Amino acid sequence: MRIVVCIKQVPDSAEVRINPETNTLIRDGVPTIINPYDVHAIEAGLQIREKTGGKVTILTMGPPQAEAALRDAIAMGADDAVLLTDRAFAGSDTWATAYTLSKALAHIGADVILCGKQAIDGDTAQVGPEIAEFMDIPHISYIRKIVDVSTDKLVVQRLMDDGFDLLESSLPVLLTVVKELNVPRMPSLKGKMAAKKAEIKKMSAADINAAESDLGLKGSPTQVKNIFAPETKKDRKMLEGTGEEKINTLVKELVGLKCI
Amino acid sequence: MYIKVNKNLCSGCEACLQSCPYDAIVMKDGKAEITELCQLCRACLSVCPEGAISEVKEASDARETAQGKGVWVFAEQRDGKIAGVSLELLGAGKGLAEKLGTELVAVLFGGTAGDAQELIRWGAERVFHCDDPLLSAFNDEPYAALLSKLIVEQKPEIVLTGATPIGRSFFPRVAAKLRAGLTADCTSLEIDAETGNLLQIRPAFGGNIMATIFCPHARPQMATVRPRVMKRGEYDPARKGEIVTVSAKGISSRTKVVETVKEVAETAINLQDANIIVAGGRGMGGEKGFQLLNELAAALGASVAASRAAVDEGWIPYRHQVGQTGKTVGPKIYIACGISGAVQHLVGMQSSDIIIAINKNPDAPIFSVATYGIVGDVHEIVPMLTKKIRDVKG
Repeated sequence: MRIVVCIKQVPDSAEVRINPETNTLIRDGVPTIINPYDVHAIEAGLQIREKTGGKVTILTMGPPQAEAALRDAIAMGADDAVLLTDRAFAGSDTWATAYTLSKALAHIGADVILCGKQAIDGDTAQVGPEIAEFMDIPHISYIRKIVDVSTDKLVVQRLMDDGFDLLESSLPVLLTVVKELNVPRMPSLKGKMAAKKAEIKKMSAADINAAESDLGLKGSPTQVKNIFAPETKKDRKMLEGTGEEKINTLVKELVGLKCI
Repeated sequence: MYIKVNKNLCSGCEACLQSCPYDAIVMKDGKAEITELCQLCRACLSVCPEGAISEVKEASDARETAQGKGVWVFAEQRDGKIAGVSLELLGAGKGLAEKLGTELVAVLFGGTAGDAQELIRWGAERVFHCDDPLLSAFNDEPYAALLSKLIVEQKPEIVLTGATPIGRSFFPRVAAKLRAGLTADCTSLEIDAETGNLLQIRPAFGGNIMATIFCPHARPQMATVRPRVMKRGEYDPARKGEIVTVSAKGISSRTKVVETVKEVAETAINLQDANIIVAGGRGMGGEKGFQLLNELAAALGASVAASRAAVDEGWIPYRHQVGQTGKTVGPKIYIACGISGAVQHLVGMQSSDIIIAINKNPDAPIFSVATYGIVGDVHEIVPMLTKKIRDVKG
């Protein structure tokens, strides 16, 4: 079984704050991490390998620094890793990113492709399904349980707003996963040693037979027009007095507004 | 197009470094340089005191924009029930269609002719309806294949759907196939008066910043829109429109929906449809604290929600989570108990009409969005409030 996990290196966005005066992001010293959902995708890949045998390859597209994320994934137990890096990929939106990854995936070969449901910096959740379309394979999003997996089909639970759907798919298939799927393992000492020594394979635009006009900024249908700080509203009433008095005031206001 | 620094003008002041939300500017030999991380947001253009940063147009920018007409709303149904967000989008879509002088069209897969009629009453002038059993339960491949086919035939200008598990899963396939731009999870849509382009506004970086996205050339312009941020249009039972029946002939699927399982208890109605929400955070201290919230919710006829912190602690299941990685809600009353108010939570609830915040820390950011603030211990205040509500309601 050829299992490929697509990951993204992201800033630890919980720590990104905006400077209200200059309207810019404060990101000094913000560490980068593997996108948290992708860590669950890696764990899922390792668990599938334990069941069916085969190999887990980690793939990412990004600047040369993204190599650190790949080494972290190898420390968890992945077999090898590929870094797609090229100036031609610069400025890719989800369309161009998915196109580029799909070209690399075609080159690597995959029976099961795993992605986190979304990345915490962009929050689009689009790249996984787009890759599947480019590769002309089915995909299933928000996998919360892999019920059964064999070399030619799998059965999974898809998390929905009101419950879950049980789905069956032929292989090859792409799955995007949610955190409920599993508890990711910590890197072992052996894994860390392997990560240190591992040779990360690099691929450029020339290596994946991609059309230049479909890459990076040129290949991206969407563009960012501008960015701005979100608004907050300011007409609050802090209620005074003892706990009892505060409650009385609040309920009186709500009754007055015909809310209760 | 790309962004360029004129090295002769650059004074090396580094003002642009701070302005870049993508960390895409570095200093090299004392001069600013734009790296491949650049997303063309133009934030740096106005901050450069020397005017050294400019945008450079390329020949590929002039790529012909395909002609298209009509604003489309993909109306989502599950078990024959039309999603609330679809009706909201008919309201928002009508405004966009009027500005563009074009028609508002709904697309419905599954459901009945009666459901299609309802979409007309909610504002659609035309409905493309396919009632093939293959499409009655949501399945990415056939949904994407049939919608793509319709778009290729009809060439709409704009195609919208809800940013729900369904819309966010299959719209990317359609966008990939059609080489269309797709913006996820928008909270606002506008038409650029000058170009007629759809301006798609969405939170980025965990809601810390808002970005306006547009598609200068590719058509259709596609977006998924967050539930509960747009207002429904006017319901007119007398409105007439055309229903076009669509065949699913030739559409197939390699995935099969074996079973659809409902897990949500009857008492826990859909958060996004709730009028009143009682939400708890880390300050509730545990499952016992949430029991207090359940009692308050029962007294109010409210639904219970939670911040990510409480969900991560395992006090309440994920589907109750409100915020950037959970649901976006907009009830009449949102009561935030023991929630500090991280920006990731605020983006999921700040459009609520009335926000009541109860927190022992007077400096908690939740108070900045609150209509009413109560500084106090949730374990005392919440039971008192429950009792008072019961008294008032008799």
